[in-house]
Amino acid sequence: MATYIQIGSTVTVGSGGASTIDFTSIPSTYTDLVLKTSLRLDDLGDWCFLTINGSSSNFSGKELTGNGSAAASYSRTTNNFIVVTNKSTYTANTFSNAEHYFTNYAGSTYKSFSADQVQETNATAVNMMMDAFLWSNTAAINQLTISPSVGNFVQYSTASLYGIKKD
Amino acid sequence: MTATYEAIATYTAPSAQASYTFTSIPSTYTDLVLVCNVKSSAATSRTLYATYNSDTGSNYSMTRIFGDGSSAASSRTTNQTGIDIGYLPGANGTGFGTVNFSIQNYSNSTTYKTGLYRWGSEAAASGTRYVAAGVGLWRSTSAITSISLAFDSAGDIATDSTFTLYGIKAE
Repeated sequence: MATYIQIGSTVTVGSGGASTIDFTSIPSTYTDLVLKTSLRLDDLGDWCFLTINGSSSNFSGKELTGNGSAAASYSRTTNNFIVVTNKSTYTANTFSNAEHYFTNYAGSTYKSFSADQVQETNATAVNMMMDAFLWSNTAAINQLTISPSVGNFVQYSTASLYGIKKD
Repeated sequence: MTATYEAIATYTAPSAQASYTFTSIPSTYTDLVLVCNVKSSAATSRTLYATYNSDTGSNYSMTRIFGDGSSAASSRTTNQTGIDIGYLPGANGTGFGTVNFSIQNYSNSTTYKTGLYRWGSEAAASGTRYVAAGVGLWRSTSAITSISLAFDSAGDIATDSTFTLYGIKAE
């Protein structure tokens, strides 16, 4: 019977902040992975890097985004800014919300994954995004690391990793 | 009560296939979720369609939003013979596309059936890479008991494509 199983524990950033959030030794026994994050930084960045198996190379993606007044689409070809976050100047006590879904993460093909990400703060200049990403690497995913583009994660930022098993 | 997420069936194409059908879907769940990691055996990207209960009549419609990395657009199609759930990589791509299709309240016999889908094709050939989301409507009050998946007439489901159907039960 397939279930939606948490891998390890939810990472909750403490009062001292955190420079990275890591999920290591991810077992290969699931079908798909789901990464759920709620993040805020102590600096002005609104994107975080995602490295897979320690690699920051061979990422690409397409994004569909809306900011409350217009919709647009962007390509991502040269960096691994993959996970959205709220920045320090956003409305107090607001955190981003994102889900990254990795299909067939342990297979031997390039890794396609999707994301739904939002930054709602009851203010202007925030976005909701839908992404299609590709990590052009045939290795099974066994490590995910999220790190800010600037600064550190603040207290109460969280990240959880789930495995979905098809049988 | 905790909702559970259970696999109903899963399929991996052992070779190129014209179609795949999930049959005898039990009515005991609340919602269905179809997850696909799929590409076409055709030379170029093709459209994947979903139909229900062997209904190939013009009883489906869709509204979608999509982006190609430079512009965003929205479109609607009505009176279609299937729900377009993705324009996915073909043999000229580097990998598989992803589809996540949620069908709420699928087993009732009083309402038309609505599903939300999102798909991505970043592994497709340059110029055919998209991210998209949409809604598909089947104008039938029948409970969904089967879901058929097939590419448009120009392509088959490629080897190693996977389809997994999950049931979500609220209890």
